[in-house]
Amino acid sequence: MLYREAGDFKTSYAKDNQTFPIKFDRVAYYILLVVAFGVVPFIINDYWANAVIVPFLIYAIATIGLNILIGYCGQLSLGTGGFMAVGAFASYKLMTAFPEVSIIIHILLAGGITALVGMAFGLPSLRIKGFYLAVATLAAQFFLVWLFNRVPWFYNNSASGQISAPERSVFGINVTGPHVDAWAQYMICLVFVFASAWLARNLTRGTMGRSWMAIRDMDIAAEIIGVNPLKAKLTAFGVSSFFIGIAGALLFTVYLGAAEVGEAFGISKSFLVLFMVIIGGLGSIFGSFAGAAFMVLLPVLLKNILVGALNWPTDLAAHFQLLIVGALIIAFLILEPHGLAQLWRVAKEKLRLWPFPH
Amino acid sequence: MNTMTENSTVGYVTDDGRQIGGTIMEMKNITLRFGGVVAIENISFDIHEGEIRAIIGPNGAGKSSMLNVISGFYHPQEGEVWFNGQKRPSMKPFEVAALGIARTFQNIALFKGMSTLDNIMTGRLTKMKAGMLSQAIWWGKAAREEEEHRQKVEEIIDFLEIQAIRKTPVGRLPYGLQKRVELGRALAAEPKLLLLDEPMAGMNVEEKEDMSRFILDVNDEFGTTIALIEHDMGVVMDISDRVVVMDYGKKIGDGTPAEVLANKEVIDAYLGVSHD
Ligand SMILES: Nc1ncnc2c1ncn2[C@@H]1O[C@H](COP(=O)(O)OP(=O)(O)OP(=O)(O)O)[C@@H](O)[C@H]1O
Ligand SMILES: [Mg+2]
Repeated sequence: MLYREAGDFKTSYAKDNQTFPIKFDRVAYYILLVVAFGVVPFIINDYWANAVIVPFLIYAIATIGLNILIGYCGQLSLGTGGFMAVGAFASYKLMTAFPEVSIIIHILLAGGITALVGMAFGLPSLRIKGFYLAVATLAAQFFLVWLFNRVPWFYNNSASGQISAPERSVFGINVTGPHVDAWAQYMICLVFVFASAWLARNLTRGTMGRSWMAIRDMDIAAEIIGVNPLKAKLTAFGVSSFFIGIAGALLFTVYLGAAEVGEAFGISKSFLVLFMVIIGGLGSIFGSFAGAAFMVLLPVLLKNILVGALNWPTDLAAHFQLLIVGALIIAFLILEPHGLAQLWRVAKEKLRLWPFPH
Repeated sequence: MNTMTENSTVGYVTDDGRQIGGTIMEMKNITLRFGGVVAIENISFDIHEGEIRAIIGPNGAGKSSMLNVISGFYHPQEGEVWFNGQKRPSMKPFEVAALGIARTFQNIALFKGMSTLDNIMTGRLTKMKAGMLSQAIWWGKAAREEEEHRQKVEEIIDFLEIQAIRKTPVGRLPYGLQKRVELGRALAAEPKLLLLDEPMAGMNVEEKEDMSRFILDVNDEFGTTIALIEHDMGVVMDISDRVVVMDYGKKIGDGTPAEVLANKEVIDAYLGVSHD
């Protein structure tokens, strides 16, 4: 077996501290990057892009965002749908107000605006914790959806109350609107996912990440060490909402194309992303990907098996899916709060020692 | 030992010949109440630079409350806290940390989800200055700083002889080692004043000896001023230069270990002469 640390001694602290300390992982990561950037764009088709890959990439960004808040900083939020809506509406307003500016800039700005909104709604976290904070963020969720429904300025007074993304291109290639190729949708999301994961990894491994985790694990000890709780919690809300806003903007502009706020960004979206965090693993970037992939793939898989192969009626299959997700959430919460990421770590640990268990 | 005048700012020489500096911290007439409970009643004492100052007393005497006043968790209704020759305004704990005051807790308060290394790295937080952007792209100051501080943390790990548990999540460590990691986290801040709340509670004899040695070494090698709460009188006699004795929120003794032991009130409090 090649999966070994032996003979792979670290000669500097920087090397000891790298993201993939084991050579095998590093190689696997580079291969994955080559495939993602160099192979998939050439073979991706509409079905795979729409049913699986593009939503997976977008939800991975949202999950990374929520994981920073819950998994790293220990602050529970049920406002994810609302914050994604902020990203979506911000990008819509920017795109329609400044059509000559690149959509990339608009999406980044949408993230920035969501970060500010997230920080504002994060202020109560200084006073309240756990369940009460969750309820406060739930209020944010309902307030934001209500706001985007209620104030016509946000949807440019359109008769339907919907927003729809105008056609935009990057380097002359359409990425939004009705004439988009699957590979272009995929590429823009991939670039954002890659950048988000890289930034999140850096932020979580340094001073900022440690102050978030300190607050999460023991807030009085964190303070005694010099962590300013206000700063730690608000930066967590800000960074988290930045990613969630970008995910919301991408979901609307690149994936959905048109959206009605209650339908696209309702409370069920908050729960969907929360489940991705829990199943993937609290406090893990890799887990965020695993959780997003799992929750996107599961319905597709079940539909193919139950409806396609076993001829179940569609509604029964849909209920069955809810049942499975519910059972899994409970199982993970009780048995493995660190989710798929931890299962993967344990499997690797076993492999590293194989065939000698000690 | 030289005679010590109250609130003196001159140093003194200990019995074992160490030169102790002037006053670094002074508590003046501190009174702390919780509703009807008077946890600290009009207590004054000082801590000199470079000394090991013990605070002793029976359960519920108000010792931990006193450390909590020093570290900014509790705000006394009356009295003043002076540090480095200046009256300290009312401060939050993280501001106190920035002054160079670090501490450990009576009940271990480590970051359970993090490794030994990360716990101690977190202790250096007040010294790390890289901005958010630099951290986000892991370039320039953030990356450089991480390596420099890792170097320092490794020195602490060597000093405390915990190399083998560097990467272990602290939740998995036995009690005695957790106490040691918590000391490491406090040392990482390179504090001027180190507060230890019962650093040896619940330890066996061997672990106590190790911990005593570390405390003495910290004081000796880094010149750190230490204030510690301890119940084991043997340990207190061995390692402390001066002792404050508290009972029911009041100060009932203050002086060298020998002086304090000869004090009638202290003996009564310890031999359990009934208060009521
Ligand atoms: N946060 C608080 N709220 C109310 N009462 C408190 C609080 N903290 C301490 N007290 C009270 O103050 C008194 C002193 O408590 P403290 O913890 O300082 O004692 P201690 O000397 O450290 O005792 P021990 O040796 O048991 O640790 C006790 O009567 C305690 O109940
Ligand atoms: Mg105590």
